[in-house]
Amino acid sequence: MQWRLPVNNIKTFIQDFGWPRIIIFLFLVSLFILAPVVGVRLDASISDVMNRFGQYAILVLALVPMIQSGAGLNFGLALGIVAGLLGSTLSLQLELRSFLGFFGAIGLATPFAVLFGYFYGKLLNKVKGEEMTIAMYVGFSFVMLMCIMWLILPYNNPTMVWGYAGKGLRTTITVEGYWLKILNNFLAIKIGEFFVFPTGLLLFVALCAFLMWVFLKTKTGTAMTAVGSNPDFARASGISADRMRLISVVISTFLGAVGIIVYQQSFGFIQLYTAPNPMVFPAVAAILIGGASINKANIINVIVGTFLFQGLLTMTPSVINSILQTDMSEVIRMIVSNGMILYALTRKTKVSK
Amino acid sequence: MSAKTNVTKFLSEYAVVIIFVVLTLASIAPSGLSIPYIIQEVITRLGRNSFLVIALLLPIYAGMGLNFAMTLGAMAGQIGLIFAVDWGVAGWQGLVFALLVGLPIAVLLGWVTGSVMNKAKGREMVTGYILAFFINGIYQFFVLYLMGSLIPMRNPAIVLSRGYGVRNTLNLESVRQSLDTLFMLRIGPFAIPVVTFIVIFLLCLFIVWFRKTKLGQDMRAVGQDMAVAGAAGIDVERTRIVAIIISTVLACGGQIIFLQNMGNLATYNAHDQTGFFAVAALLVGGASVTHANIPNVFIGVILLHAMFIVSPLAGQKLFGSAMIGEYFRQFIGYGVIALSLVLYAWKSRRAAEDQRSQLRQGSATGGAK
Repeated sequence: MQWRLPVNNIKTFIQDFGWPRIIIFLFLVSLFILAPVVGVRLDASISDVMNRFGQYAILVLALVPMIQSGAGLNFGLALGIVAGLLGSTLSLQLELRSFLGFFGAIGLATPFAVLFGYFYGKLLNKVKGEEMTIAMYVGFSFVMLMCIMWLILPYNNPTMVWGYAGKGLRTTITVEGYWLKILNNFLAIKIGEFFVFPTGLLLFVALCAFLMWVFLKTKTGTAMTAVGSNPDFARASGISADRMRLISVVISTFLGAVGIIVYQQSFGFIQLYTAPNPMVFPAVAAILIGGASINKANIINVIVGTFLFQGLLTMTPSVINSILQTDMSEVIRMIVSNGMILYALTRKTKVSK
Repeated sequence: MSAKTNVTKFLSEYAVVIIFVVLTLASIAPSGLSIPYIIQEVITRLGRNSFLVIALLLPIYAGMGLNFAMTLGAMAGQIGLIFAVDWGVAGWQGLVFALLVGLPIAVLLGWVTGSVMNKAKGREMVTGYILAFFINGIYQFFVLYLMGSLIPMRNPAIVLSRGYGVRNTLNLESVRQSLDTLFMLRIGPFAIPVVTFIVIFLLCLFIVWFRKTKLGQDMRAVGQDMAVAGAAGIDVERTRIVAIIISTVLACGGQIIFLQNMGNLATYNAHDQTGFFAVAALLVGGASVTHANIPNVFIGVILLHAMFIVSPLAGQKLFGSAMIGEYFRQFIGYGVIALSLVLYAWKSRRAAEDQRSQLRQGSATGGAK
């Protein structure tokens, strides 16, 4: 490393940060500036953005360990999400309510997450170099298998199963009366009519992010990063690459499970069947927008990325709709999120594989 | 070679095919469908899908794996068809018109795909997959916002009531099965769309011929080893782009054939599953990420679609729910792709490890892959 002149610093900053991210950032800023002009309430928008940030942050955080260990973008995050779905449906089945219900859901999801993560990690270790495509299809096929399971598993809580048949889970199940907004409302600060600060939600996200940060500093965390950045060096220092990758996959799957449960308590519904699939790409896009590459990611990337991406998703419909009188948010979401992933995939990776 | 290793080799080579044959045969009886009905359905679907599956072959020869970005070609074909309906060009002429409109778009999109993939060597498949999503966004923008506003539309019946954007479902009555019914051969209870099959046959001839040309040979050399091909004076990047352009153009034609048989176009999601079905069919037919041939295409289409025909009804009869059959066939489709990719990655890794253990002489830095 050499000391650079400030001008070069700015240049390298732009180069490292990448034009797509800067454009997205400027776009978001201009949306915030435009919002009051076109009659969109700024306080309500900021409240929305914070809510959605909290909803998605842990799902995005779940991608960090696998990127760090060199296993790439976890397109198979759906496995973790399915584990979370099992946890939350079981929690409802057992009629667990309020904090017991929420943490019960996480507790019940954990064994599934560890189990799925273990086998998924074993599989990914056998297919090094092709992880991303395979992860995607393993995720898809597993979600489809679970679709069959949701129909035939013997759940019988009347709020969860189809009314007329008395069996088979509904596609969306409300968590109202169980643990709806349990984190969002914890210590929430309400200012005025439109602004709510979801203290509990953000505290929980901060706690998870802090634990991840601490973990990455521990011996295991450092070893994991070493495996991702320089496998040969890691092997020379006696680190088992396969073991580290396996640990990273299990953690990622577990966080996927926690992430979806946090999402559900805020969103209000458990979405089953094919719903896990479309959750994965936005998470991947978010971390990449935050400045991660396919083999380097940190907590800052997660926070910045989730904020930018969710900010964009919240602000685009309201602001653009007011200007153009038409809903283009879906198209913009598609182009931005996939464009971002594409950008990351086509960049020459700095760290040698 | 002992008999046992032969059997294991055969099983690992044809694992996917064997699983499929067994599953399909097992579910014919519970589905309650008659054999002639299944055969007629398979014939129809052969005509409908084979062209699309053949579009995947060239990128595999060029070592770029399964071209998930073939969806881009399908979108080009759909734009062609939208214009054919808009201009009121009916019959097989409508299909030719659609092809003529779609062709330049497909070439452009193919060039984009090839260039993007050249920047993501070694990750072509996942890049192609995401690229398909990305271009889908642009397609939606084009069809939903630009058509009827910036691009004038003549036929108000296909425009959304708000004045611009194309309707969600487009009736292709004017070109419906115009290729299939040009000459329909009836043998006993079966109707065979002869012209469609002639088109598919000509495409097969083209593929066989193309493999023997200089360009085809170059492509296979690039597929074997890019470094060696480059050293031998082949323009690797250009060859790869050409492979993808041809694949995209074929996918464009394939989608037109597919849709004229279906008879209507779901404007915004007809192409969603195109890549999935084509790739699943090819892999079911015994192809892998690096090896595929024309028999794989037909075996695959027959097996996959025989399975698709019987599984919903078998699910209905066995579990009392048609949804189970529907989920099951999707599970099988995705599962087959996952399984083939895993088997392929597994094999190539083992081969690389064998090679390394032969080469290893105390140095810890294995260079393979």
